[in-house]
Amino acid sequence: MDSTIFLLLAQDALTNGAIYILLALATILIFGVTRIIFIPQGEFVAFGALTLATLQMGEVPGTVWLVVALAVVAAIMEAYRLLRMGVSREIPAAVARTLAPPLVVSGIAYVCAPLNLNLGWQVLLTVMLVTTLGPLVYRVAFRPIADTSVLNLLIAAVAVHFALVGLALLFFGAEGFRTPAFSEAQIPLGVLTVSGQSIWVYVMSIAFIGLLAYFFGRTMYGKALRAVAFNRNGARLVGISPSLAGTLAFALAALIGCLSGILIGPITTIYYDSGFLIGLKGFASAIVGGLASYPMAAGGALLVGITESYSSFWLSAYKDVVVFTLIIPVLLWLSLRSVHFEEEE
Amino acid sequence: MRRVGLIAFLALVAMIPLSPPFYVTMGSYIGLYTMVALGLVLLTGVTGLTSFGQAAFMGLGAYTSAVLTTTLSWSPWLALVIALLLTIGVALVLGAVTLRMGGHYLPLATMSWGISLFFLFGSLPELGGQTGLSDIPALAIAGVELRDERIYYYLIWLVCLAAMWGTVNLLDSREGRAIRALKGGLHMAEAFGASGLRLKMVVFVYSAVLGCLAGWLYAHMQRFVNPSPFGINVGIEFLFMITIGGAGSIWGSVIGATLVSFLKTALQGILPKIIGHTGNFETIIFGIMILMVLQWMRGGIWVFVERFLPPKPNKDVGEASDLPVRTQPRRGEPLLRVDGIRKEFGGLVAVKNVSFEVAAGEIVGLIGPNGAGKSTTFNLISGELPRTDGNVYLGAEKISGLRPSRIARRGLSRTFQHVKLIPGMTVIENVMLGAYLRTNEGFFSAGFRLNRTMEKRVAAEAARQLKRVGLEESMHVPAGSLPLGKQRIVEIARALCSDPILLLLDEPAAGLRYKEKQELARLLEQLRSEGMTVLIVEHDMEFLMNLVDRIVVMEFGKKLAEGLPHEIRSNPEVLEAYLGGV
Repeated sequence: MDSTIFLLLAQDALTNGAIYILLALATILIFGVTRIIFIPQGEFVAFGALTLATLQMGEVPGTVWLVVALAVVAAIMEAYRLLRMGVSREIPAAVARTLAPPLVVSGIAYVCAPLNLNLGWQVLLTVMLVTTLGPLVYRVAFRPIADTSVLNLLIAAVAVHFALVGLALLFFGAEGFRTPAFSEAQIPLGVLTVSGQSIWVYVMSIAFIGLLAYFFGRTMYGKALRAVAFNRNGARLVGISPSLAGTLAFALAALIGCLSGILIGPITTIYYDSGFLIGLKGFASAIVGGLASYPMAAGGALLVGITESYSSFWLSAYKDVVVFTLIIPVLLWLSLRSVHFEEEE
Repeated sequence: MRRVGLIAFLALVAMIPLSPPFYVTMGSYIGLYTMVALGLVLLTGVTGLTSFGQAAFMGLGAYTSAVLTTTLSWSPWLALVIALLLTIGVALVLGAVTLRMGGHYLPLATMSWGISLFFLFGSLPELGGQTGLSDIPALAIAGVELRDERIYYYLIWLVCLAAMWGTVNLLDSREGRAIRALKGGLHMAEAFGASGLRLKMVVFVYSAVLGCLAGWLYAHMQRFVNPSPFGINVGIEFLFMITIGGAGSIWGSVIGATLVSFLKTALQGILPKIIGHTGNFETIIFGIMILMVLQWMRGGIWVFVERFLPPKPNKDVGEASDLPVRTQPRRGEPLLRVDGIRKEFGGLVAVKNVSFEVAAGEIVGLIGPNGAGKSTTFNLISGELPRTDGNVYLGAEKISGLRPSRIARRGLSRTFQHVKLIPGMTVIENVMLGAYLRTNEGFFSAGFRLNRTMEKRVAAEAARQLKRVGLEESMHVPAGSLPLGKQRIVEIARALCSDPILLLLDEPAAGLRYKEKQELARLLEQLRSEGMTVLIVEHDMEFLMNLVDRIVVMEFGKKLAEGLPHEIRSNPEVLEAYLGGV
């Protein structure tokens, strides 16, 4: 291997690593706030890339119908819940609150889809659609069982993964897509040529991490989320609603997933089921941080990116074997570090 | 009725080969899936862990045998031995790196391992890549090849039913009760001397072995293997099977495997026709179905079926309890010595160098206002929390620094502030858990039902303890159906069943009504008259005053006073602490 290839692979590692950092952040966020091990995080990535690809073709993406269907189910569930609580007066307002934002978003997307808007507008539409998906998934799949064991929440998470992958196949078909790059520029940098898209990935990742840091460090909602992650009951006592926190966490996670998908769409061909492995790699990074530490997870993400990139050079057929086997020694290391014998919720 | 159901089930299994070949094949698959799901029931429903790697273990069994019997022309039986050893090895490694940590690491580790194994199957040329390996020899028993599908069906179900029988037996045994105690955390099992880590490991390895066995049978039934039946999605489907069927019972695995197999076949036939192109659209239906089960029918179909079944027959109780008994220390001998024990949580000192002693035959109360550090002191004695400094001695032996299970071995037994019983198990079975250390029946004698005499003897001992505490009439009801006061008494009976030399009670009167408190006090007085040594942590002064021999008072982590009840009652410092200066 000469130094050019070395640098080329390093650049690859960095690009993928940046995406895994974002996904790892989303994973830790959701686990901290809701105790859900959110396996389907990668599905937001696939939905992001594929929704954009469909809009590119001037068609209405299936995501629109999914958002509408989930909103209707969520509204029915909300009405039923209020009915059982004996406060049927509140039903109309609650149903309107549940239905309005998703319907508006999907309505806009439906109208705008055939207009062949420029890329920026299409990205905006995609982000709006997929971000709306997050809270709806939380409302329909997780909120009714929010108080059960981590184990049940995990089973629900894989059920959501199954459903979303099947739906992605239904909406987008089995073919893979590449979305157009944000920038076609090729910037020479010594022996390397850095693509404009990679620059976009770096800049967006850093900007987004900065934004998240600001959100969690400086804003009231961000602090509320941290409070819930730190101590659910304590947060409830000071008036932070765990279900609002869950909704917010899911919206953020969907947003992060969607952006990741849009960013890597031009670099990798995305199929309906590509999200799973991408998401799991983000997940593997989060595990390095013990599902709790953001900086450690970022380190883990770079580690995963580097492993993936270099093993694809030497052992291209075994790239994923290497990446996923890597988790075992990491777990061993974590296990040796943990001294307490207590666990359980 | 239960017996009739069982016979009907066995008859149905036996008669399937009379039906058309489609159902025989289906039946064989269901048998294999049931085996794998059975391991997952034990792991998930009973122990509270889970794995996404069961399909991968199946693949390990199938591929090991496929390679060894084709390229090396080994006998399938020899290949089975190698496959099992390999599986046990992998399970031990995965267990060793994850089981010490939180419950969610095992599913993540098995998921990643399952994925990497799946990719390995698909890319190693020696394993045939995506096309797989064919021409796997048929199994032969005593020189007769099992090529007939109906014969092979019987072989599969023979193994499957044997595994079910062994699992039922295992759960109804000494180790089985300890395994069932793991679901709510390690505390309960550890308090009675079982090593939670070892039990978890055994359960995980057992479930992996069932997967491997099913995979081996699969390879020699198909006589062909490729990666796709061992992918992560199949691993997830096993979890779905037990969620739908019912993760709490072995019957959940049969129901789930049957339902999911038929549904999958049906959906794979219908959905592509409706949708217009091919693809695994059944995952949508399965995903939604699981969410619905979790929201509306948690516990799965089996819970629903069981509602119509009569209760299980009562536990067989032997004539007399004749388990070996510990020699109790002589009355008045120093028994427990707490020597300058200290606990810091970060910067907070919860217990500051507390020392006191308990003599044999005494009842000592450890009291103090909320936050005084009593429960922390209690947990330092029982070994639940590691101490920062100081020592605890039981008799002449130092027990500080030992795990709770080791301390239990030395004759200390305890109850819990928040009652920890296995709610679905009968009262007597819960109490039998207490006798864990008094017998040493292992997994094999349990699985093959060789433990019946010993079980009766342990049951007799548990019945004796229940009589001692006055609960013999509730012996055969589920522990979860008793009111809180009685549940606490069951905990005391369970602690007594371990034949302790020191009984530790953690706020036994908390949440009890007046009459229940009176009954509890009467019971403790009776125990004292029988020579039992008791240390009670409590904040209810009234309850303790007329009961205990001596009182140790704590405040702000320090020992405030120690003495006879009437001395404590008039101690100005204690009055200040409790009443704010009178």
